[in-house]
Formats: sequence, structure tokens, C-alpha cells
Amino acid sequence: MSLLIADQIGKNYQVGEVVIPALRGVSFEIDPASFVSFIGPSGSGKTTLLNLIGCLDTPTTGRLTVAGADVGTLDRKQSASFRGANIGFIFQDFNLLPVLTVYENIEYPLLMVQKVPSGERRKRISALLEAVGMADQKDKYPDQISGGQKQRVAVARALVTNPKLVLADEPTANLDHKTAYMVLELMKEMRNEFKTTFIFSTHDQKIVGEAEIIYMLEDGELKGKEIKGGKNNG
Amino acid sequence: MGNLFKIAIRNLLRYKRRTLLTASLITVGVVFVLAFIAVSGSFKNMMIGEITDSMLGHMQVHRKGYVASIETLPINLNIKGGAIAKLENILAEQPEIESWSPRIKFGGMFSNFTETSNIRLTAIYPEREFKTVPLLPARVTDGSKDLKRGEILIPELLSRGMKVKTGDVAVIVATNANGSVNGKQFTVAGILQSATGPGGRDGYIHMDDAKDLLRMEGPEISEFAIRLKDFGQLHKFSDKLEGLLSQTLNQQNKPIFELHTWEKLSPFFSIVRMIDLMTFFIKLMLIAIVLISIMNVMIMAVYERIREIGTIAAIGTLPGKILSMFVIEGFCMGIAGALIGDIVGIALVYILNIFKISYNFGLQKGVILQSVVNPTDILVISATVIIVSVIASLQPAFKASRMEPIIALRHV
Repeated sequence: MSLLIADQIGKNYQVGEVVIPALRGVSFEIDPASFVSFIGPSGSGKTTLLNLIGCLDTPTTGRLTVAGADVGTLDRKQSASFRGANIGFIFQDFNLLPVLTVYENIEYPLLMVQKVPSGERRKRISALLEAVGMADQKDKYPDQISGGQKQRVAVARALVTNPKLVLADEPTANLDHKTAYMVLELMKEMRNEFKTTFIFSTHDQKIVGEAEIIYMLEDGELKGKEIKGGKNNG
Repeated sequence: MGNLFKIAIRNLLRYKRRTLLTASLITVGVVFVLAFIAVSGSFKNMMIGEITDSMLGHMQVHRKGYVASIETLPINLNIKGGAIAKLENILAEQPEIESWSPRIKFGGMFSNFTETSNIRLTAIYPEREFKTVPLLPARVTDGSKDLKRGEILIPELLSRGMKVKTGDVAVIVATNANGSVNGKQFTVAGILQSATGPGGRDGYIHMDDAKDLLRMEGPEISEFAIRLKDFGQLHKFSDKLEGLLSQTLNQQNKPIFELHTWEKLSPFFSIVRMIDLMTFFIKLMLIAIVLISIMNVMIMAVYERIREIGTIAAIGTLPGKILSMFVIEGFCMGIAGALIGDIVGIALVYILNIFKISYNFGLQKGVILQSVVNPTDILVISATVIIVSVIASLQPAFKASRMEPIIALRHV
């Protein structure tokens, strides 16, 4: 069964009296444990689509089902709970909380969102710290580590709640190429290890090739789909 | 909850200078209010002590209707016969009472054989009166602090105006309840400083002399002045005694007695009220300081952390928890300000007491300022600061909790 089903979803923004369509009737399905990328030029609707999938916004038209839930019908509180339970986020600017250490940043969703018992928390965080190679940096604050390290922490934070889906909007935009590849490799490893679906957006052609399924967006419409490694999600 | 506090405290420490400035502002406010309350409270207590301990007593019992006509000192409204015994029985049974003193009050003419002036006289049993109003002897500026039969304590005003001094002989002429006039010769035993200001015309004579002068056939008393063991129990005991007195009825089934605390008998109470009012306004100023400073800081904190708010909201933090985070920040700042303010305030009052600042008030010369910080005041002020801090944080915190993550994440 598909993890994500988008059925003719559209999103319009009202700017003054002008209605701007950011997405127009986009349909696709994504299976669990996929490694998917949405590519396209600036303004093509990548971020809008990721926001809709991440329940940060609701579609104007169409129906979007994530992990079995019609996310368009969720209210503010339900959306927050749904995100906390099912979705992890990786941000372009890392968005780590500056007052928390690496360890505490990864712990945050377990503590403040899911209320996981301390023993279980320690176990999961230690495993992820090892997995992303940040175990020796766990007591440092975000301003004491590099950009690549921050994004690794962000990956660990996104995965610590065992989400079904991790969304990453331009996760490598603020990283050099070498680090960007390393982060994408890490995301892939995490997908393989935790069977989590990764969806990321990018306009960087060099790293697009790392995705297994690539959707091409242009002017808010889905213009194509490329499948690598033999997977086809229709 | 502990984690919310941890995050709140770290966020406060993140902007050290701003947090320090705001907490200092609250601290200064708390110190100022505590010091004001301690000093004004000391002055207020001194003033109340002066009035109650040198003249009025803590409370007084009269015959019903007497106080309404108190300016004319109506001897026809004295408590008489059996009612006196009934009242004394009631008073004797009250463990809260330290002492009480019966008085006859009347107006008369004072003559030094060459000049005559009017005088207000209070007839007392000296021993009982001095127990009930222990500062009365201190009002005697010249002569004996005791009062024997045939002696009179005259007010300073008459002494000066009529050039009467201790040991002189004077005559008091008074009209009794039947309208007949009688006179009696007295030796001036002492000069009394007025407790109520330079215009006082109150003198004291012995109770037995008053009975002779007014030709009273049976026992008569104008008022009973009462002193309590614990002045703090004034209102509680007043309610109790009022209830007991209301059960003593006359033939028309109406209460015989009326009870008044010192506040209802002295115009000085309005000064006490003014001090209380000033204290209230000072507290309002503190509330305004806390409200504005905390709200200002929290608005800034929310504005500066919009992206962080977007991040934690996107991760799945519920709006209620985001609200709590910011409210706890305000709460912590309030606690810090109140706590430091309390400590500094207490220290300041302690230092003031070390310097032994003195002042004169009425009969009390060189009174040393004994400022006391009442634990109740500390609790009330601290609680006020903390509650206002929380209230001031609510609006910015609510704004943060209602922020759309998608908009917050876009904020630059």
C-alpha cells in the first residue's frame, strides 16, 4: 500500500486580489522506504508540495493522503500531533535549537513531542549518534559544529521518532558538494537501516542523481518522473 | 515540565544583558516597594501606637448613641447602674483583653481665680487608666505622673494661656445631669501635652472627684477604654465583642452598648488610610514596571525566535507546549526579580535599622525607625510580581503558540 497518495492536488495563494496557483492538479503515489526527490527550478512548487506533504499547509483542491490520513481534514492540533508521530523534517538551514546540545537537539522530539521513557530515549539517541557519526560531538552546541555536522544532527533528529516519512527541503543547499554528498549518503543509509521514506527537494542537478525516484516539477505541474534502480511507483 | 524550565532558563541566559536588565528593573521595583512598606508601616504603627496608647485605647464601649453626640460630652448618656456591672462581667470573661478603664467625660469651666476657660475632663482610676493607655504618663511634661484625689492634670494650652503651673490651685465648675452647677477645688498635679495636637483641651481628674463634682448618686460611666493583649486581633475581637454586647438589651429590646475601635474614634485613621493608599499606588507602579518590562522582553524574544518557533511547531510540538515555554520564561524572570528583590529589600531594611534613624512623633521623642519587613508583605509582593510576569508573558506566548509553522519557517 502506498505511503503517500496525491490525487489532483492544487494549491493557490492569494496575493492581494490576485490568485497565484502554486500547484495545479498534481497526482502521484509514493511507496514506503522510497528515496524520492522533487526537482525543478525556483518557483516550480517544490517547497509548496513538501509543505503540503508535511501537513504544514493544506491543499486548495484535491486529496492528499499520508500514512492513511487525509491530511487536508486535520485541524491545527491534529496536524501537529500527526507530524510528531509520522513525519521528520530536515531543513535547509538545519534549524537546530541553539540552546540545546547536539544530544538534546536529537532528544527534543522524544521529550517534548512523543514523551518516550528515558531508557528508550537514551538507546535511540545513542544509536543515531553512532549512525550519523556525531557520538563524540554530542555535548557540543550547534554553534560549535560545522554545517555538515549540523545537517547530520538534523537527520538524526528527523529519524529519532521512527517516522514513516522524512521530508527535506533543499537539505544540501547550504553545504559544499562533498558534504552534500555525504549527507545524502547518510540519508540513504538511514533509509536502508530504518526503512523510512525520504522525500527531498533540490534544484542542484549534481545531487539529483542520488535519488531513486525523481519527480520533475515546473510551474506547479508534474512534468515527468524518472526511476532509477528499477523501482517504479507509478 | 523540568525540560520546559531548562529550555526557558537557557533561552533567558542566551540574552544575558537583556535578561539582567529586566530582572534588575523588577528587582529595583521590589526593593523600593518593600522598603517603602517597611518604613511607612513602621511610621504607621508608631502613629497608631501614639493615638491608642496615649489616649483612646484600642477600642471603647459606650452607651448606644453616645458617640453620635460625643462632641457635647453628654453625661445624660452615661452607662448606669446594672449595665456597668453587666459590661464589666462581659469584659472580665474575655481572655483577649489586657485591661480596661472606666471613664467619665464631661465639660466644665476651669478657673485660676482671675481667669476662666472651658475644659474637657476625663475622670479616671489612674492605675487602671495607665494600664490601658500606658503612654498617658509620658504626656505629663511637668509635675507628677500620678493622679491622686483632689488633683488635676491640665492641658498645656491652659497652663500656658492662664499661666497656671504645677502646685497651683484651680477650681472646676461643672453642670450635672440635673442641671445644677457645682464647683470643686483642685491642685494642679501636672501639665499634659496634647496627644492630638497643640489645640488639646483635655484634662484628667480622679474618678471619685468627678462623682463628687457631678453629684452622682449611683455609679455612672461615660466610656470603657479597652486594651488588647494582641493589637493584631483588633478586628477579630471587635467582631466577637460586638456580638456579645448586642445580646445585652434594654427594656425596648434594643442593644444598650455600642463598640468602636480606635479607627472610628480618631481622625488620624484617615492618615493611616492615606499611607495605605500610597502603598497601594506604589504597588500599582511595581505591577506596571513588571508588566511592561516582561511584556517588552517577551515580545522581543518571540520576534527573534520566530524560525525556532516554526521549527519546533513543524516537529510536532503542540501549541500549548509552545505557549508554556514562553510563559515559563516570563515566570522565571519574575521569580528571579522577586527573589533578588526580596533579598536586597530585606538587606536594605536591615541596613536602615543598623543606622538607627530617629525622628520625633508627638509625645515620642527620638523615636528610632524600626522598619520591619512583614513576611506576608514579602509573600504578597513576590506573588504579585510572579503572577504579573506570567500575565505579561501570556500575550507574546499566545502569539508564538498560534504562529503558523509554514510562515514562521519562512521568517528571515
